[in-house]
Amino acid sequence: MGTASETHAVLPTTDFQRLLEALSMKGYRVVGPTVREGSVVWETIRQVSDLPIGWRDQQEPGRYRLEHTGSNDIFGVVHGPQSLKPFAFAPREPLLQIERSKNGFTTSSTFPQSEKVAVIGARACDLAGLAVQDRIFLEDAYRDPYYAARREGLFLVAVNCTRSLTTCFCASMETGPRVSRGFDLALTEVDDSFLVEAGSEAGRDLLSGLSLPPASEDLIGEAGSRIEACARNQVRRLDLARLPQALYEAHEHARWDEVAGRCLACTNCTMVCPTCFCHTIEETPDLSHQQSTHVRLWDSCFSQQHGYIHGKNIRPTIKDRYRMWLTHKLASWIDQFGTSGCVGCGRCITWCPVGIDLTEELPALLTSGVQSSIANQQVGDP
Amino acid sequence: MSESEAQRQRPRLAVVKFASCDGCQLSILNLEEDLLAIGQALDIAYFPEASSDMKPGPYDITLVEGSITTAEDAHRILAVRQETKALITIGACATAGGIQALRNWADVESFKQTVYPSPEYIQSLSTSTPISEHVHVDFELWGCPIDKHQLLRVITDLVIGVQPRLPGDSVCLECKRRGNVCVLVAKGIPCLGPVTRTGCGAICPGMGRDCYGCFGPCEGERKGPGLPPNTDSLATRFHQELQLIPVEVVRRFRGINGSVSPFRTESEIWEKKT
Amino acid sequence: MMAKVGSMINPYVIHPATILEKIREAEDINTYRLQLVEEGTRQLFRFQAGQFNMVYQFGVGEVAISIVSDPDEPQILDHTIRTVGRVTKAIADLQPGEALGIRGPFGEGWPLEEAKGRNVLIVTGGLGCAPVVGAIEYIFRRRAQYGSIKILHGVKTPHDLLYRERFDHWRRAPDTEVLLTSDQPDKTWRYHIGVVTELFEGVTIDPAKTIVLMCGPEIMMRLGVPILMRRGIPATAVYVSLERHMECGIGLCGHCQMGPYFLCKDGPVMRYDRVEQWLGRTGV
Repeated sequence: MGTASETHAVLPTTDFQRLLEALSMKGYRVVGPTVREGSVVWETIRQVSDLPIGWRDQQEPGRYRLEHTGSNDIFGVVHGPQSLKPFAFAPREPLLQIERSKNGFTTSSTFPQSEKVAVIGARACDLAGLAVQDRIFLEDAYRDPYYAARREGLFLVAVNCTRSLTTCFCASMETGPRVSRGFDLALTEVDDSFLVEAGSEAGRDLLSGLSLPPASEDLIGEAGSRIEACARNQVRRLDLARLPQALYEAHEHARWDEVAGRCLACTNCTMVCPTCFCHTIEETPDLSHQQSTHVRLWDSCFSQQHGYIHGKNIRPTIKDRYRMWLTHKLASWIDQFGTSGCVGCGRCITWCPVGIDLTEELPALLTSGVQSSIANQQVGDP
Repeated sequence: MSESEAQRQRPRLAVVKFASCDGCQLSILNLEEDLLAIGQALDIAYFPEASSDMKPGPYDITLVEGSITTAEDAHRILAVRQETKALITIGACATAGGIQALRNWADVESFKQTVYPSPEYIQSLSTSTPISEHVHVDFELWGCPIDKHQLLRVITDLVIGVQPRLPGDSVCLECKRRGNVCVLVAKGIPCLGPVTRTGCGAICPGMGRDCYGCFGPCEGERKGPGLPPNTDSLATRFHQELQLIPVEVVRRFRGINGSVSPFRTESEIWEKKT
Repeated sequence: MMAKVGSMINPYVIHPATILEKIREAEDINTYRLQLVEEGTRQLFRFQAGQFNMVYQFGVGEVAISIVSDPDEPQILDHTIRTVGRVTKAIADLQPGEALGIRGPFGEGWPLEEAKGRNVLIVTGGLGCAPVVGAIEYIFRRRAQYGSIKILHGVKTPHDLLYRERFDHWRRAPDTEVLLTSDQPDKTWRYHIGVVTELFEGVTIDPAKTIVLMCGPEIMMRLGVPILMRRGIPATAVYVSLERHMECGIGLCGHCQMGPYFLCKDGPVMRYDRVEQWLGRTGV
């Protein structure tokens, strides 16, 4: 490592196409946010104009709106409903093809084709979410080979956030708004130029190929202060200090009934969550019963079958399911993986059709509320 | 085993129609090459929509389209039930009474007077009711029309002797798997996806349109408070945040599956507020 | 057991196994004696008592079933399967010579090593006693290595009493007690009347030397273990077998959670003190 100006380069906004071309030259399919149906989704992009230039998102509980600002900002939109999750943990992943044979059947693994994908525009919360999923799918007792195959091909061009949404609370979760790890390149958009830094060998390799001028100390300073201002501007926060135990103790809190009156159990919060990993296996035989496919699909703790066990459902009510989700996300996740399941992206707040806000629910659950006497008997020390 | 023996052993399929638009039967014909596979796995013995060669019962599997709207049909469905081992309803009409069940809230006599020059020739019931209100139904396929892949899946399970099972999740689960943008959140339009059963492939939100509940309530009829689907919360959102007036909330829930709870109960609650 | 794909091990691969025998235990319960078809897989397969396999029926799906045969004979795998859902209904139609699929073994089994030299108190309730039958058989094949054996088994009605001959067989063994109870008995019932926890009163327990294995409804554990603890048995000497929806068997699909645990990899057998606070909690 040398001085900041040796590791930080500057890319004028007008030269952004060079970055896309350099990635293409390295064999990457380049994916970035594109405007669709009133939000942004990840799509393959070819030119800078495919990106949401001049657009900005406003997010609040249960509401998302894009507005055109007329600026030249490429990354004015903070994020859409999708995190990085679908790139490695595919919503629909064929696992096996099974065929009848003399000895019963034979199975073949249907691994995804290895593909080099460069994702431009990942935010700090997205990288934090991916790190949580890596911990689950790659670093636990079993390594998931399908996830591994997709993950291996990812090249991540992150963008530091210089604007906070009202739903953002990454600062309190210590996951953002500055990207700190897990990226290949990190960009900070400052007016008509980008501060660029490399975070991996592959990133350094790409950056050196671009032969960009070093960034001035002024630019580095300005980028830093904009990121810091973004953190300061966040209006939501989560305090995990007493977790997991405090939420375990709130198991019979009256607030669960109240939130269950609003919750639709529609699964949206879990689908947009960058860390939610529940999945189910769907078995589909053909009509002749000679072949069958074994496919993994995203599932949710709000779904009917999640708590099903022969003849009964352990979590039949919306209250049971919301409590399962929040307790897992903010409490038992810590016991399971040594980290919170929440990265502070705020997607579950925005994309909840009725605007349920976990940053409101958690404090309500942690203030002493009406608890049933049964709960006090059952909840002991761990 | 000779070819003719194999032919005889194939399960016999019948497709019958009551009050309906034939759209679900067309979904069977739209199976295209899979229809050939069905023809090999099953003996399509009675399917007037497709063939004039109508063989008598009994049948192993009968697919029933349409609701019961006449006294004659209420009698005929009893005979259909007696002639088949498994009775599967296909579509919103047979499963839930269909769009024609809107008559259940109206005066059918005045409709007849208005529409027909000689209303005395019209002999129809004042209600449209699902097949399950008349006979035992072994499996119900929802949708207007049904999803052909769901139909194929259920037929496959029946042919191989496995209890059919289809997901009862909300449309949102499939909508998000497909990477659609939520039309309710991003456009503020009153989508019924959060309380509607999956199975359609989330095609309406996939085209930027709101779901209008043609697969009926998710997880089936609500059996008690606190169980999904929470139509109360969604209706309140439509009214308070999306500015729907009560009569618009009524119309949202009183559609193709309007006679099924909790859609029915929700529309009736909001009717009182109009 | 795992299929290698390049440098990657794929824990999802299902291995065919031939049904050598199908033993009828009751009207809706069968034991399937399986042998893995692939020679290499069969040679490598090892398991511990109380571990489970994901058992697969072609075209229908998988279900988690404990292995009840002896871990010292891993080339033969017995699974006792009750017909309760769509997968097990499809399995019930299979006959010897036909194939099932196997993926496993998964989970943490019974602490049968730790139990050596100690008295073993086995408490089971209802129809869910298959997982513990494998452990009892294991102990009896190595009888000299264990202290006294006490088996307390409760059923709702006498009709629910499975493995009647095995209970009679165990009862006749030295230093072994078998106590049965039914809370809805008929005229033929000649054992205790009541719930299984009432049987505790009839047995002498040396709390310092005893290890407890429990399998059955969670309510039996929740009510029964405190009684044993009052008699001096520490919660750390009690092991319970728990049940939740399982799909992957490898702690990834998320369905089998109980509080902070994934029962498919942390269980299904759990030491009581670890799960005490979760048992009986609604929706956990």
